[in-house]
Amino acid sequence: MRVREYHAPRWSEPIIHELSTRGERGFVPPGAEPKIKAKVGPAEGFVPEAMRRRKPPGLPELSQAQVLRHYLRLSQMTLGMETDIDIGVGTCTMKYSPKINEELAAMIMDVHPLQPEETIQGILEMAYEFGDVFLREISGMDAFTFQPPGGSAGCYNNALMMRRYHRDNGEPERDAVVTTIFSHPCDAATPATAGFKVITLYPDPETGLPDTEALKEAVGPRTAGCFITNPEDTGIFNRSIDEWTGIVHDAGGLCSYDQANANAILGVTRAREAGFDMLFFNLHKTFSSPHGSSGPGSAAIGVTGELEEYLPVPVIVKRDGVYSLDYDRPRSIGKVRDFMGNLQVVVRSYAWCMAMGARGLREAAEVSMINNQYLVEKVRKIRGASLPFRGRRLDQARWSLEKLKEETGVGVGDVNRRIVDYGVQSMFTSHHPWLVPEPFTPEPCETYSKADIDYWCAVLERVCEEAYRDPELVKTAPHNSSNHRLTFDGFDDPGRWAMSWRAYKRKRGKD
Amino acid sequence: MDEESFIHPYIPNSVPEIKREMLRVIGAGGADELYREMIPERLLLGRPMDLPEPILSELDLKRHVESILSKNKTAEEYVSYLGAGCWRHYVPKVCEEIASRSEFLTAYAGGSHSDLGRYQANFEFQSLVCELLGMEVSGIPTYDWGAAAGNSVRMATRLTGRREVLVPRNVSPARLSIIRNFCDSASDSGRIEVRLVDYDAATGMMDMADLESKVCEDTAAVYFENPNYLGVIEAEGASISDVAHDGGAESVCGVDPISLGVLAAPADYGVDIVCGEAQPMGMHMFAGGGSCGFIASRDEERYVAEYPLRLVCIADTAVEGEYGFGQALSERTSYMARENAKDWVGTTTTLWGITAAVYMSLLGPQGMRELGETVLQKSHYAAATLDELDGASVPFKTFFKEFPVTFNKPVREVNEALLGHRIFGGKDLSGEYPELGEAALYCVTEMHSVGMIDELRAALLEVLA
Repeated sequence: MRVREYHAPRWSEPIIHELSTRGERGFVPPGAEPKIKAKVGPAEGFVPEAMRRRKPPGLPELSQAQVLRHYLRLSQMTLGMETDIDIGVGTCTMKYSPKINEELAAMIMDVHPLQPEETIQGILEMAYEFGDVFLREISGMDAFTFQPPGGSAGCYNNALMMRRYHRDNGEPERDAVVTTIFSHPCDAATPATAGFKVITLYPDPETGLPDTEALKEAVGPRTAGCFITNPEDTGIFNRSIDEWTGIVHDAGGLCSYDQANANAILGVTRAREAGFDMLFFNLHKTFSSPHGSSGPGSAAIGVTGELEEYLPVPVIVKRDGVYSLDYDRPRSIGKVRDFMGNLQVVVRSYAWCMAMGARGLREAAEVSMINNQYLVEKVRKIRGASLPFRGRRLDQARWSLEKLKEETGVGVGDVNRRIVDYGVQSMFTSHHPWLVPEPFTPEPCETYSKADIDYWCAVLERVCEEAYRDPELVKTAPHNSSNHRLTFDGFDDPGRWAMSWRAYKRKRGKD
Repeated sequence: MDEESFIHPYIPNSVPEIKREMLRVIGAGGADELYREMIPERLLLGRPMDLPEPILSELDLKRHVESILSKNKTAEEYVSYLGAGCWRHYVPKVCEEIASRSEFLTAYAGGSHSDLGRYQANFEFQSLVCELLGMEVSGIPTYDWGAAAGNSVRMATRLTGRREVLVPRNVSPARLSIIRNFCDSASDSGRIEVRLVDYDAATGMMDMADLESKVCEDTAAVYFENPNYLGVIEAEGASISDVAHDGGAESVCGVDPISLGVLAAPADYGVDIVCGEAQPMGMHMFAGGGSCGFIASRDEERYVAEYPLRLVCIADTAVEGEYGFGQALSERTSYMARENAKDWVGTTTTLWGITAAVYMSLLGPQGMRELGETVLQKSHYAAATLDELDGASVPFKTFFKEFPVTFNKPVREVNEALLGHRIFGGKDLSGEYPELGEAALYCVTEMHSVGMIDELRAALLEVLA
């Protein structure tokens, strides 16, 4: 397959402060009307002396077209998923977000979250019915909320419910949770933030999954519960998952299912049958809302009836066809996010599900799974790549370029900088620790055609061939991207790091 | 539709011939066979899901969704005086244009070369917010003000090794609930005590005597807000920071950055860690979906080491004078350190951070000052106008944008009546702050014309009569 000749936009764009011209302005806010000024006088008098701004903020001064041009150039130097074949960004490959859904989400842009309930029946209905009609059936859980504004926030929400549940049951001493190393880092970090000790299970080198006996040893009277991603980041589905939830339940714990990426199992297998008490889905992944460069997103939290009373407030309820917000829930964990979360994300996901139906959702799952089997067959043949652990993967797989590194000195970091020269996004490697050396994790979700997969594999193959033929070419990459290889090594050096233009100027003596 | 004809516009490989060709390469007969290889029979759903029929036509889908969402009323159709953490400001068209750019809207986690523009826009958000705050370090924005405040006070407890934070009683109850969740712990040793400090009933500002009496050797942070939840400007910000510092605690302040063209930079009154809500700077309300929290501090290693956020750092490349970007101290984040990380980091609100960068660039120092002045004048005009009414009064006089109004009637009744005039009255505070009586929190921005405010007055004249 012919690999495209490509060059990314390269604008050598200055930092916005460098584009400033004294006196220019990009926007004129409305002033107060004469009647107002006549009545209240100048604004300054309303600010206590000590609180007045003495020195204007050092913001740049640019005309409107110049601001627009600058940020358009920055957007051009960003390879969004709509122009890219984003297969490499696995565990969370973004699927197509239908453009019509942007227009539909914008219908709530001028809605205030505290408006009287009778004036927000539309959005309350949509959120309620999305949970009640779609997500309950997809997951088997009983009740949903959309308050957590991202996947990790959803995982944190579940840690808070777990904490509260054991306290209410008179077992506050349950302060330990179990996770697996190939579960997403949020499954460890958010319970830790909630004060839990985290026990991490490591995989068997053959199967890629922790042994069930290890779980039995890890649980006990201090066990609050488990936080498990399944399929794990490796793409391997834990076939004993129902046995695992049984073990945790027998020890007195609760089970939280990380279904951020449930793409391959929609309509195939559910949290309910696997024995989970709560879960989260990332609507900005499995349910098609765009990722926004990293948010705003939304975690849909599903719980069994037993845990419904712990959901954050307010909970949307329906009585006689009227939707309202219930704050009177004594066992609620309170709030994890102000208001009701990112409801524009819920609108997009609702619209996507309506466009899919039961058959479309199952088709998305099957095709994403088949796409991955097809990709596995192709990547297997690429020299330097290998697939650790045995068995079939669902919709993604954790691969290794260890052999390439050994044989050529070219590692995954180099490959990642080179594939962008062919117009393909850098791959997601792995969360840490890198149990799989030189890892990468492609996930060819249902958005991608066979030709897209063929192209992506052809690029990876080309770059691996280059590594054998001309390793320097790969190590010095990128060559056709928006900028060049980083030479800076001060990211951990307080004397040289700079997280703002003013810090940069000071440290480089440019003031 | 039969099995063969379900070709979905979002799924290219739903074409049966393509699927068969791929299955041939795989060496499998079909999806069911493959699933059975991976998932045990007992866990398979084994039936079609019971869901509504798909709406494959985009036009039909659009009409369906519109039929539901058109049941909402909006703050465009009504005049809204609601704020309380989500505020209606004018969104410049250029902000909408950039926020809807395909590349920013759909980017996820690409590399710093292929996503150079995203990295630079993130760095510029950090840079611009630091200019408003008088700080030198910020990161990728977090979920909302509440999360930013929760992270900030936790940073302070790690910095000081102390386990108590002081929070004024007039903080937003929603924010307080989020902060309490952040401070609570499943383990006794991890728990952070949240102690409330009174506010001055006459001014709505921090009760300095109560604050001084509560700062002690356990105090990790004094958290306060400027303007606070009730809209009041904390005139004694410097004294609050002094009290915190004298007690060995960190001064942590939450701000509404739209005020910073006219209000002092928090760094100028001794604040160590600033947090707040960027939603007013270019984000529509989206029924609460416009929230965007931020954290900032001085550029000192001890602070930087405690951030949970990704911190975008400017860097050099192989080409002289060319900019590149990476992440500073990434080992502290949960992506690297899992349960040993500083709290956690995840998908937050980056698109809103980029949008806020556009907003700050458009307004510049002059626009920020003028906007602040307009908000001050309009909100004070509204307050003075309402204060003149029989049956209404405005208890606190030193405020920015928001102010409680007390009524001689239940707020519930007032707001119901205002709805008949196509007005959303202020947020009912009577449950949250019973000591204020029948009070509602009114929010007035540049969006309110003098005519709208006069109409509110006329409506209230009728309602309160």
